Amino acid sequence: MSYVKSLKCRECGRTYPKKPIYVCEWCFGPLEVVYDYKRIKKVLTREKISSREKNLWRYKELLPIDKEPMVGLNSGFTPFFEAKNLSKVLGAKKIFIKDDSVNHPTLSFKDRVVAVALSKAKEFGFKTVACASTGNLANSVSSHSKQAGFNCYVFIPANLEKSKIVSSLIYGVNLIAVDGNYDDVNRLCGEIASKYKWAFVNVNLRPYYAEGSKTYGFEIVEQLGWRVPKHIIVPAASGSLLTKIYKGIKEFKQLGLIKKSDTKFHIAQADGCSPIVSALKQNCDIIKPVKPNTIAKSLAIGNPADGFYVIDIVKKTGGFGEVATDEEIVEGIKLLAETEGIFTETAGGVTVAVCKKLVESKKISKDEEIVICITGNGLKTQEAVENKIGRPIKIKPNIKSFEEEVRVWL
Amino acid sequence: MVVKIRIPTPLQKLTDGKSEVESSGKTVIQLIDELEKKYSGIKERLCDEKGNIRRFINIFVNEKDIRFLKGQKTKLKNGDEISIIPAIAGG
Repeated sequence: MSYVKSLKCRECGRTYPKKPIYVCEWCFGPLEVVYDYKRIKKVLTREKISSREKNLWRYKELLPIDKEPMVGLNSGFTPFFEAKNLSKVLGAKKIFIKDDSVNHPTLSFKDRVVAVALSKAKEFGFKTVACASTGNLANSVSSHSKQAGFNCYVFIPANLEKSKIVSSLIYGVNLIAVDGNYDDVNRLCGEIASKYKWAFVNVNLRPYYAEGSKTYGFEIVEQLGWRVPKHIIVPAASGSLLTKIYKGIKEFKQLGLIKKSDTKFHIAQADGCSPIVSALKQNCDIIKPVKPNTIAKSLAIGNPADGFYVIDIVKKTGGFGEVATDEEIVEGIKLLAETEGIFTETAGGVTVAVCKKLVESKKISKDEEIVICITGNGLKTQEAVENKIGRPIKIKPNIKSFEEEVRVWL
Repeated sequence: MVVKIRIPTPLQKLTDGKSEVESSGKTVIQLIDELEKKYSGIKERLCDEKGNIRRFINIFVNEKDIRFLKGQKTKLKNGDEISIIPAIAGG
């Protein structure tokens, strides 16, 4: 049963039928899924959600599918926990981590959006799926496409981390490495998408795809005991994740599943690619695109499509934007590993570093609860840290060598 | 002087179904005015009430985003290729 009424332009409000389309024909604004909340309110309760299996489909009434989910049945419901050691080091009372570095099956939050996008692609009857990606989406589309039986074309910037390339190729998909940055890849895919009748998950399936990110926010609320945190720090590339966590929280409030929705949204970007934070700091209405230059390649989108909406949400909730340099990103990755035992990718390093800055500068009160979004896994971006960590201590296979080379604390 | 413009699907109804048209103009904004003469109605789709290019439209001259050039005042020369592409979500 479907609770989706239509698609609607976020800019001018024109409505469109449920089709694989993504921009308003009139003003080119992005299309957004509109639900029948009155009907959903009648059927969706905390108890009902809690009784379901622990994956993202436990919120299926708030996801844009018309049939039962068909792809990505094990994605979502990742760990959420209090990071006591990290809180102590940063001098904050309570920091929580939402850990999508162990999302199923490809270790990033993209498994959420792809589960939704490919389920929708099945409903629409597509045979071929495709995407433009900074790496994590490529891995997730590649993996899910095989499980679901699609042909698959994945487009990436040629200079991606080796592990993100291997983690797509292993599935035997068509991986196209474009000589350019992500924004070049995106432009090309926009043109390819209008010529080939494929399901481009982040182009013509974008309204559906992006809705999957809401489940990251739904889970935080549910795992926190059906309430919202005071602060949330979200890393941003195009900015879609932040806008969808916000939308999800507002939906829960509208459905009466939570009482308050007063979370302050903070945005974290890399210093070498911070078009949204720059516009925020300069209080500027225009987002000037940039040429990315950062080790955080998963956040290296110089022309962020949802930037305007991110700025709007950060401002109206009373949040801030902050950036992390390459050095701070590496320190952030190491800090999370050494305090909480979690190896996150560069985007996670950005988030941890920005959390540190916001607490130190008192933009976030150390006495208030903070949730940080860890969206990807460090095993995929090992190049970023491999020369900045310790080396193995080499010894011969005997006790003497061990005691000579290793300082043992008894 | 002639430039080539690739027309996105939503606007092809205004260009008699053509996905590629030719026109002229010294700058991007002049080009849009020229297109309007031939394909009435196209300007209000590309520009807002103030005459600025809408914020979710990206225009590329020879694959370069005009916001890295001179925006809508970016100069054009014979043989340039123009793409009009809606903003695309991240991945």
